[in-house]
Amino acid sequence: MSQAKVSYKPSEEVDFLIVGSGAAGGVLAKELSTNGFRVVVLEQGPYLTEVDFSHDELKVLGRHLLTNNPKFQPTTFRQTAQEKARVQSSVLYGRCVGGSSVHFTANFWRFHEIDFVERSKVGEIPGTGFVDWPIRYADLEPYYTKVEWEVGVSGLAGASPFDPPRSKPYPMPPLPVKGSGVIFERASRKLGYHPFPAPMAILSQPRPGRSACVNCGFCLGFGCEVGAKSTALSSVIRMAEKTGRCEIRPNSYAHKIAIDKTGRATGVVYFDAKKNEQLQRAKAVVVCANGAETPRLLLLSSCNQFPNGLANSSGLVGKYLMPNSGAIAYGVFDEPLNDYKGFAVSRIFHDFYEMDTQKLGIYGGGGLDARFDLTPIGFATGALPPGTPRWGKDFKKALNRNFTRTMQIFCHGSSLPLETNSFSLDSDVKDAWGLPALRMTYQDSPNDLKLMNWMKDRAMEILDAAGAKDKWHQPINSQQFAVHLLGTCRMGADQKSSVISPDHRTHDVPNLFLCDGSSLVTSGRGQPTMTIQALAYRAADRITALAKQGDLHG
Amino acid sequence: MVAAAQHAHQAAVSKQSFEALTPDQAREVAAIAARIIPTDELPGAAEAHVVYFIDRALKTFASDNLPLYQSGLVEVNRAAAEMFPGVKSFSAATPEQQDKILTELSAKQLPQTGSRRRNQPAAGSGFLQTIWYDTVCGFLVDPEGGGNRDFAGWKVIGRDPAHSFSPPFGYYDKDYPGWQPLPAETDKK
Repeated sequence: MSQAKVSYKPSEEVDFLIVGSGAAGGVLAKELSTNGFRVVVLEQGPYLTEVDFSHDELKVLGRHLLTNNPKFQPTTFRQTAQEKARVQSSVLYGRCVGGSSVHFTANFWRFHEIDFVERSKVGEIPGTGFVDWPIRYADLEPYYTKVEWEVGVSGLAGASPFDPPRSKPYPMPPLPVKGSGVIFERASRKLGYHPFPAPMAILSQPRPGRSACVNCGFCLGFGCEVGAKSTALSSVIRMAEKTGRCEIRPNSYAHKIAIDKTGRATGVVYFDAKKNEQLQRAKAVVVCANGAETPRLLLLSSCNQFPNGLANSSGLVGKYLMPNSGAIAYGVFDEPLNDYKGFAVSRIFHDFYEMDTQKLGIYGGGGLDARFDLTPIGFATGALPPGTPRWGKDFKKALNRNFTRTMQIFCHGSSLPLETNSFSLDSDVKDAWGLPALRMTYQDSPNDLKLMNWMKDRAMEILDAAGAKDKWHQPINSQQFAVHLLGTCRMGADQKSSVISPDHRTHDVPNLFLCDGSSLVTSGRGQPTMTIQALAYRAADRITALAKQGDLHG
Repeated sequence: MVAAAQHAHQAAVSKQSFEALTPDQAREVAAIAARIIPTDELPGAAEAHVVYFIDRALKTFASDNLPLYQSGLVEVNRAAAEMFPGVKSFSAATPEQQDKILTELSAKQLPQTGSRRRNQPAAGSGFLQTIWYDTVCGFLVDPEGGGNRDFAGWKVIGRDPAHSFSPPFGYYDKDYPGWQPLPAETDKK
């Protein structure tokens, strides 16, 4: 790119300051700058591009090229508030321009109508904070379509009988099927299910400046070297920069939202690459830092006017964390699948999207996908059948036989929102910048554990029906590690029971908006990114309308 | 053939210099790695030059682990001498003796096979766990990462080193006719 990129001085008051350049921040940057506003995006991590990406597992995964590094940003964990939290890596998120979309699997499912109104349908679930959304699927549908066409999503409309209505087909056909997809499709049809080509945010056809997927096989966990993965980086960030009004500022770690005497945001204080504090001034602030760092930033921004953290009059900032439930089954087959080639997932089904709560006593639901998402070291250290020798000729024989013959079935499910599951600050542990660490308090609800166990049994049946030579599953335990960071600043009409309005405006600070996984009211069925981006497109429309009405400051 | 390969490897070890390990330590590391992933008709840790990967790692990104290697190698040599009087070091033991030493030590130290939810390599804490993990890494990492010489490790697991692939990828998708909807009458919610 030869054109000069715009840059603003921190002292210059821009129209919007966005914290975070991921799935949501990227979309808002693109939309707001396209709508004529001057925008600065602060990103904690570096600005890497395709040439910086690598197939070196140790550099990318082991040394956290693309993600938060627990060495510099320790997190702590406890199951209940009664325990003392211990230092433990408990959260994974993207820490580079493009955020978690850079390394994600790229499963791109829309939420269904039920996700927005499930509370009304199934009734109250005692002990949970389960509520309906203030918006409906129909409100988001145009934005889902916009996401698919703008970032580039491969899929086949109408292929699943469980799909919600859509106004337009996918912009491009599904990716090719993999061996895991064929095995899964045949076996699950035998059992009466409805498998279909997975909608994926990976290009099956080239777009300007981006290649179609070349099936290199380093996908989940890695940055795409040919721009085929439809990350915020490969799509909306570049569109934002092309407007000439948006500056992406990497290595900028936001830690305080500045507030004036009238209770309005005036900008954001951040550490630059040299750990010097800077204040970027802005007329309005949009925080898109993910479901862990967004509540953390609000809590770090407590001040005399807002002693319990900014925008926290409800007391719900950081609460109702929903990481999605999950289970993984493994199967080994007689012949080589060579599933290491290509992206991770080619077939899924949604037959369990809505569980029969009456019959099974389980709330929520999920989807199953057929995949192989393991790169060589991850495979050798984590995916051989239980009981395989760890060294010597039998270890080597298992590596030799199984790498090309293994597939996984990943069960993705809902999480119930529990007020006790949360992110908060741990003042006993500091990060490398001297800020209180992120503390996760989490215990899966008995319902979610039941759901995971039930889905895991179905996955094992599919592997049986497929004639797997060997099969096993991971143990189902209460989760202590979150990747999907959802629900921690929930949207709602009532300011006592939510943090942001349906316009993504915080109830307490009129020119402060939040949009990312934290906005979600329910967890969906395990694939949140598509919905996070649809929300971001919608939020951009709402925020633009407010700005044009001169109503940004309440 | 195995002996010849080991001999050739040891010759290579003596020619190239090490950055973090002493030549004696490197010899022991190479010997342990060669039992974790032995050479047979397919290449093993020796052919993948795992010892050079480990040495380089201990000089750079894994330098925190150097003391663990130094003390761990002393332990392993001591165990060798205790189990087989007259044997001065792990590398001086026969392959059969080496396997017995590792069996003895690994019963205490190596983790059970299992699977993690996310594709995140995680190193262990004890010496044997660490050298086991490092050996697997040096055997299977993309050569850009400093191991897996001549794709020796990928030959074993059957990973084609190419950077792009076209379908069909394997046995099960080669005759796939394309996705077909189910007949309408069975296609009910």
